[in-house]
Amino acid sequence: MSPDSGAGRIPGIDDGTNAPGVSTTQIARDTPLDPTTYAELEEIAARYPQARSGLLPMLHLVQSVEGRVTARGIEACAAILGISSAEASGVATFYTMYKRRPVGDYHVGVCTNTLCAIMGGDLVFERLKDHLDIGNDETTDDGKVTLEHLECNAACDYAPVMMVNWEFMDNMTPESATQLVDDLRGGVEVHSTRGPRLCTWREAERVLAGFPDDLADEGPSAGPASLVGLNIARDQGWAAPSVDEAEEGAQEADAAEGSTTADKAEGSHEAERDEADAEVDRSEAEAKHKDNPDNTGGDDK
Amino acid sequence: MTDVLTPVLTDNWGTERSWTLAAYEDQGGYAGLRKALELAPVDVVEVVKASNLRGRGGAGFPTGMKWGFIPQDNPNPKYLVVNADESEPGTCKDIPLMMASPHTLVEGVIISSYAIRANTAFIYVRGEVLHVVRRLQRAVQEAYLAGHLGKDIHGSGYDLDLIVHVGAGAYICGEETALLDSLEGRRGQPRLRPPFPAVAGLYASPTVINNVESIASVPSILDRGAEWFSAMGTEKSKGFGIFSLSGHVTNPGQFEAPLGITLRKLIELAGGMRDGHELKFWTPGGSSTPILTAEHLDIPLDFEGVASVGSMLGTRALQIFDETTCVVRAVLRWTEFYKHESCGKCTPCREGTWWLAQTLARLEQGNGSEADLDLLLDQCDNILGRSFCALGDGATSPISSSIAHFREEYLAHLTHGGCPFDRTASTIFPKVEAHA
Repeated sequence: MSPDSGAGRIPGIDDGTNAPGVSTTQIARDTPLDPTTYAELEEIAARYPQARSGLLPMLHLVQSVEGRVTARGIEACAAILGISSAEASGVATFYTMYKRRPVGDYHVGVCTNTLCAIMGGDLVFERLKDHLDIGNDETTDDGKVTLEHLECNAACDYAPVMMVNWEFMDNMTPESATQLVDDLRGGVEVHSTRGPRLCTWREAERVLAGFPDDLADEGPSAGPASLVGLNIARDQGWAAPSVDEAEEGAQEADAAEGSTTADKAEGSHEAERDEADAEVDRSEAEAKHKDNPDNTGGDDK
Repeated sequence: MTDVLTPVLTDNWGTERSWTLAAYEDQGGYAGLRKALELAPVDVVEVVKASNLRGRGGAGFPTGMKWGFIPQDNPNPKYLVVNADESEPGTCKDIPLMMASPHTLVEGVIISSYAIRANTAFIYVRGEVLHVVRRLQRAVQEAYLAGHLGKDIHGSGYDLDLIVHVGAGAYICGEETALLDSLEGRRGQPRLRPPFPAVAGLYASPTVINNVESIASVPSILDRGAEWFSAMGTEKSKGFGIFSLSGHVTNPGQFEAPLGITLRKLIELAGGMRDGHELKFWTPGGSSTPILTAEHLDIPLDFEGVASVGSMLGTRALQIFDETTCVVRAVLRWTEFYKHESCGKCTPCREGTWWLAQTLARLEQGNGSEADLDLLLDQCDNILGRSFCALGDGATSPISSSIAHFREEYLAHLTHGGCPFDRTASTIFPKVEAHA
């Protein structure tokens, strides 16, 4: 993302390395986007109090139609928003999800941030590179699979995690990963572990642009890891206190410490606020702890 | 005495079709909204202040106080923006919440917007979670149809439009001012403060930015009361929170508990460390919070408890690593992440994260010298506190904390001429690998 970052560059725009067959200027600028797409881009801009806020979803829509961010897509966005192509392009090149090279039907991501990497994500990614015979951010010759390593995708309790067209594929192994890409290339219907059957990357980009596809009701509420704590709570009969229990607890606490708030309505907002103020007054003591790493904090906790 | 686990936000995640309006209302959903609309907006702010809810996105700033900073005499429109860009490595609580129960968030957005008198609100959700986006889109659509959103909500005279806005892959957009720039259709780069977003945020108008879990906690507070909420938790860290355990525990997952629970208890609930292994190090709240070790198993996981041992509660993203994990490899990978995600605006972060990655990589390969550890700490010193936002600060946390706790392991890379660890031992499928 950093402008001089080799790893962070949007490939094909700055480096021109092994861009398979398509340069950024190859699609003639004088062939405009089709009128339907142009109208939908305008529709996105109109959702917002200020039209420019629509630029990110507009670029998602460009990708869904064009298979990547194209020069004419950039120019359409710029024209609609009244900004220069350079400004629109500057935004497109900042974000990792925007691609300047054609993406396959299935964008296959492997999380290689620390936790997933250590749990096996590194091995999954290496196996896939071998198996598909492509490198990071490259596409198979049949145009089916684009492989990319990802940063944390917020599913760490399902590590190692892969994403296909931004759908969760949880608890992967090198074997399940190679099976997955074989199925994708072979036209076998594949389902996300916590979502619907997989659509294509272009279809996914259209949803991200704000045009829903009616698959919201597919898939489960949550995967098994999301429910571990809830299931334990149910088994043990654990729950948040009821409103009455919470009130009783507050009264007991007041009584126990011979509280100065006892003369106020018990548990009232006023009493709570006074306590909060008192806490702020006491908070200087906390600041001392920060400067004293030897204090383990066990004293008045 | 409060129970060990207190499912509130996670309570309906196991319910059939929990993401639908019907299922949510069957379990009492939107009761908080009805109660809120009977109050004046300023009184809704007071209830949230009285609950002592503190921001669940990491910083722990009191939510009600943040709302109170919105200058109501400012003639510009007010905005509420939900930060649903969950990207901090290890953090995985907001995404399952929005997947399983998007209406909890939508209800929270309506109440919170009413409180600060905003007529337009946004959920800025990261783009890399397609099914979560679908569920949010559907929930918002259902809420409009049910009259929870739109004009004159339930006859209150209050209008609200809610826009689900999808990002495009940039960790920095979880930083609130970078998020605003991104939402304005620009590169996501942090802004200098002041002015703070409360005064000049989105479109230079008064703006509140809150984390998903903070906003999702609001309906229960309005429904059950501030006293109910603050009956849970510790003296200064009230209420409940979702604790996300990942890594080398038997059953990783989400655990919703009062703030102040210990990691020892959470690991026990997760079925212990994986068989035959022991805890080596862990992050309390994502990769930007200094790592801790087994000697910190009993600190209360609240804002003060974790701060007292030199780290931060952060997002309660508890990444657990056992003795098979090379701490240098772990830290190098995080460092490469910060280098990749630095937005490039501030020199100390943009250049410094590159230096950190190079120095660390050399050490990890066994090619450096002991002096490189001091070089690293010096580089950290030149980054920490010297940039607009906390990304650079976060980049230094794993490095300085790991050198403090595991200096010997860094040196072992030098004497060993590379990493002394077997990479396959830390995976969850070492046996499968052996057969392959």
